[in-house]
Amino acid sequence: MAAQTRPKRPFRWHIAVFLAPAVLVYTAIMILPLAGTLQLSLFRNVDQSQIFVGLDNFRTLFGDPNWSVNFWNALRNNVWFFIIHMLVQNPVGVLLAALLSSPKLRFSAFYRTAIFVPTILSFVIVGFAWKLILSPLWGVAPHLLDFVGLKSLFTPWLGKEQYALTALSLVSVWQFIGIPMMLIYAALLSIPEEVIEAAECDGITGLSQFWKIKLPLILPSIGIISILTFVGNFNAFDLIYTAQGALAGPNYSTDILGTFLYRAFFGFQLQVGDPNMGATIATIMFLIILGGVCVYLFLIQTRLRRYQF
Amino acid sequence: MSIATRSLPRTIGAHAILLTYTAIALFPVVLVIMNSFKSRAGIFGAPLTPPTPKTFDLIGYTTVIGQGDFIHYFQNSLVVTVGSLFFVLLFGAMAAFALSEYRFRGNTLMGLYLALGIMIPIRLATVAILQLMVASGLVNTLTALILVYTAQGLPLAVFILSEFMKQVSDDLKNAGRIDGLSEYTIFFRLVVPLVRPSMATVAVFTMIPIWNDLWFPLILAPSEETKTVTLGAQLFLGQFVTNWNAILAALSLAILPVLILYVIFSRQLIRGITSGAVK
Repeated sequence: MAAQTRPKRPFRWHIAVFLAPAVLVYTAIMILPLAGTLQLSLFRNVDQSQIFVGLDNFRTLFGDPNWSVNFWNALRNNVWFFIIHMLVQNPVGVLLAALLSSPKLRFSAFYRTAIFVPTILSFVIVGFAWKLILSPLWGVAPHLLDFVGLKSLFTPWLGKEQYALTALSLVSVWQFIGIPMMLIYAALLSIPEEVIEAAECDGITGLSQFWKIKLPLILPSIGIISILTFVGNFNAFDLIYTAQGALAGPNYSTDILGTFLYRAFFGFQLQVGDPNMGATIATIMFLIILGGVCVYLFLIQTRLRRYQF
Repeated sequence: MSIATRSLPRTIGAHAILLTYTAIALFPVVLVIMNSFKSRAGIFGAPLTPPTPKTFDLIGYTTVIGQGDFIHYFQNSLVVTVGSLFFVLLFGAMAAFALSEYRFRGNTLMGLYLALGIMIPIRLATVAILQLMVASGLVNTLTALILVYTAQGLPLAVFILSEFMKQVSDDLKNAGRIDGLSEYTIFFRLVVPLVRPSMATVAVFTMIPIWNDLWFPLILAPSEETKTVTLGAQLFLGQFVTNWNAILAALSLAILPVLILYVIFSRQLIRGITSGAVK
């Protein structure tokens, strides 16, 4: 536009007016508190005043047995939580999307809508509904297993230390599978017809067409899904809290960073809340998420070839 | 499309897998709603059958409506969701317009700054947000929640809306300028009506996490007057652990409004995901 190439022009107030509300709210409620939280992790409350302690809080978190046992446990659980999502949610999501996108499939709108239903439900509903279903009191789960003759496999999964976390991860997968499915579905639909036709002329059809033609083309979407899953998982809290409470039982076996942060910040039962340690845990979570996002942006995204049609 | 991709066994296989997964996805929802209309004996005796005249009972619903203050919680959730949505859309569209329409120094930087919030969750700032709200006396008010959700929703809204605003024709806007319209009139009268479909998409994306959030109501507004449905349901369910009728009825009451809204807006939502997300 000509107006913009003129060397001297009056200050365009309308730009500032358009930007101001969003930037102000975002800065005041998100960026500054985020910076404040990072800063708080370097201080400690001694005699009602905040004293700068450098990285001492982190040393406590990593080394002091009162904190470190719970911290490493939560981190380990969180990594497992993420691994289950990557191994189950994304492959199943890709499979469903591939089936949905096959041409001339009937009722595909119905399937799409139905499979996305769990994603819109709140964690409270999901957590409680599954708690009831898996509860040995109600007996729905053993009942269902009985249909397929596997009743002997049933145990109260949410109540056993060795199964509870995996069971809850699978519940979370159940809830969020709609997102990878939709994103992959969208990516598959955007593959141009000519590419598929060219493949078919070369005799590549069916499964090998999926592996050799479609999968490489949807890799960028799989990358996006992976980073979304990563951020979502290392920030998760609600499902564990509703299903197992803030103590993330049995015996902290389902404790992840989100629930650990909540207990550290607010205190629970005998433990007194400590904003500085809460901020320290939040900082660790921030660094983990930032690290994941950087790996994605600089290592993965730049290597994935994007095909422009 | 060759004949091979349309062969019958393949189609049947696809339907079988999709139907199985649909059943898995819907089963818990159906189960909860079905059993909420049954008596206690019916719930435990035959959990997998729909209510029969013999087991039909509304005791759960009468307990919930008698005990919990759900109408009030519902209003709170509505105020918070609609309020945040309004500000996210208004502020988000304004900022998106500024970023996509004008070239000025720091434009790219501003875009990146606002995009930061897409990847970094606002939840990590909770400790300082609570301090801020305590200092400004906003704890236990719905305003606090609206502010937080507005900040949470803005980054994605700006990102998506500026993609769409780039597509609005320059000629149209310039014609408006020649006719002497101010930049504000151009935005509100010309651009906003044209990007309304994408604003609806953003609205749906923004709405679901706000309505379902448990973390911020729990931390910023746990008082009786400001409880949202999600928090109210959580506490209510915790109290009634042994009253299965009440729990199932409460769960159904929490599911139904969301489900109805979803059925109405699902086309919008799905179109939004499948068009905007691949960029």
